[in-house]
Amino acid sequence: MSFIPGHPVTAVVQRIEIHKLRDGDNLILGFSIGGGIDQDPSQNPFSEDKTDKGIYVTRVSKGGPAEVAGLRMGDKIMQVNGWDMTMVTHDQARKKLTKKNEDVVRLLVTRKSLENAVRQSMMQH
Amino acid sequence: MDTESAYSGYSYYSGRSRGSHRHGERSRDRHKSRSKESSRSEKSVTINAPPAEPLLGDQSVRGEEVQDDNWGETTTAVTGTSEHSLSQEDIVRISKDLDDSVGLDCKRYLNVALSVILGLVVFLTPLAFLILPHLLWPDRLRACGTACEGLFISVAFKLLILLLAVWALFFRPPRAGLPRIFVFRALLATLVLLFVLSYWLFYGVRILDSQDEDYQGIVQYAVSLVDALLFIHYLAIVLLELRQLQPFFSLCVTRSTDGATQHYNLGQLSIQRAAVVILENYYKDFPVHNPALLTASKSRAAKHLAGLKVYNVDGPGENNAAAGIAQSQSRAMIAAAARRRDSSHNELYYEEAEHERRVRKRRARLVVAVEEAFTHIRRMQEEEQKKAPGDVMDPREAAQAIFPSMARALQKYLRTTRQQHLHSMESIQQHLAFSITNNMTPKAFLESYLTTGPTLQYGKDRWLARQWTLISEASVTSGLKDGTVFLLKCIDFSLVVTTKKIPYIQLAEEFIDPKSHKFMLRLQSETSV
Repeated sequence: MSFIPGHPVTAVVQRIEIHKLRDGDNLILGFSIGGGIDQDPSQNPFSEDKTDKGIYVTRVSKGGPAEVAGLRMGDKIMQVNGWDMTMVTHDQARKKLTKKNEDVVRLLVTRKSLENAVRQSMMQH
Repeated sequence: MDTESAYSGYSYYSGRSRGSHRHGERSRDRHKSRSKESSRSEKSVTINAPPAEPLLGDQSVRGEEVQDDNWGETTTAVTGTSEHSLSQEDIVRISKDLDDSVGLDCKRYLNVALSVILGLVVFLTPLAFLILPHLLWPDRLRACGTACEGLFISVAFKLLILLLAVWALFFRPPRAGLPRIFVFRALLATLVLLFVLSYWLFYGVRILDSQDEDYQGIVQYAVSLVDALLFIHYLAIVLLELRQLQPFFSLCVTRSTDGATQHYNLGQLSIQRAAVVILENYYKDFPVHNPALLTASKSRAAKHLAGLKVYNVDGPGENNAAAGIAQSQSRAMIAAAARRRDSSHNELYYEEAEHERRVRKRRARLVVAVEEAFTHIRRMQEEEQKKAPGDVMDPREAAQAIFPSMARALQKYLRTTRQQHLHSMESIQQHLAFSITNNMTPKAFLESYLTTGPTLQYGKDRWLARQWTLISEASVTSGLKDGTVFLLKCIDFSLVVTTKKIPYIQLAEEFIDPKSHKFMLRLQSETSV
């Protein structure tokens, strides 16, 4: 998941579709995010590369829509509904996730275990 | 320290007769150089050590001999009340005093006389230059104009300044007595003498013989002589006073008996002058030498040897066969001691812990006793003095009144810390009167007994200021160099001095623009969506 500035980022991603839960007036997704280009990347406990300023999932509430959809703690969110999440500020990321007129968010997330699984399956061949 | 002027260096005489036959330099420098007399230990005369002598090995052998022979005497002198017993130190000291006061006064007066004569000759030379033409050929002399008379005033004042300056630099009482001549003073005296002689030569040949009429020229000649003397005096100041002020060497001084160490920064000095500076600092920096504290380690060392019970009744220096046997025996002892399971470290640990506990207990009792004693005394105010003149005491009587209540605790504490021979009852009472007079608290009074102070704090008989010997492989008038080692030996301990050059410091500069101090926040926020 390390990136070289100026080069395209390649990653093995998983599509996750979360249906927002209506709780009164709010639409909640059931997880917390951290990171962003305006944040301090060295304090991120989930990233491999401590200069990675991407958006990471820091908490997943139990039984919430995110957990049901398959989101795990430590996932890095690459896209939300087609919007890029690798070079956004923390606030921009929050806005893209909490649009009031959308009921469903389709995320592309990546995690280390995905890459390992793909590599293992490739090695078997 | 050494304020009595009755001593001149015994080794001046020997140094003089040995090396230098220059008559002129005897004068000023001998008197003026700080004459530190060499002491004689009870076994040998050490004026200047020959270079081939090994420093420390020789001394340790001699030291052991002394210890073995006087073992009984020194121990009893230390542990008993030291009012009436004489230790070896006292005997040596008495014999020294008798010795030195007899033969050396005339040497010193000779030095003073010669230096005064040289000073007078130098001082009167310009005056002679000025007066002789008037005496010898007054009729042929051209009259002295205004400029010439102005020069008279300048000669007078310069001579006055020269007189004061020479007194300030050379004629003040010396602080210490050195074993060898002061090289710089000798050189300066030679220079001055040569200088004055050459001026006289020129004067005699060109002016007296030819009976020159130009008086103004003669006066200018005299003025030039005085100017040159002032410049030589300036050179003397630089050589004698200024050169050693800039620190150049760092000297590490260690006491051989208990390892107390100090460091001093000195400039470029000769070894003997450096020794004087170190000794002056020794009296204020080093805690007083307490031989009673060393008996513990000696008894431990004795126990190591006593374990295998080898008696060597005859001293060292017996015939070769016996020495050979003794050597092989000692080697066997060392080997056996190494193999034996030695528990002396255990004993040492517990002994020291026990001693520490005892000292603290006695100290607590002492502090309480003194505090209580001080509460019995109150300073009388002015009005009270006039009103009730009945029971008034001066400080001495007040001290004697409260002394008995703390005497026992103090005596016990001093015994436990083995300081009792350093303080006599008289000195304790004096110190108590002193503390009362100056409104000191009990803690301030006790401070001089709870901690061992520098040697100057104790009575003059502890100072032994006349018993120092300088032992050096290099010549003592040579300058300090990196790696010079010399010893300063007193009666029962010595100071080992090693020299190191102060490192050359290279400073680099880094400029920081004050506008470059900028900061930013590092956040890590977490938002739940």
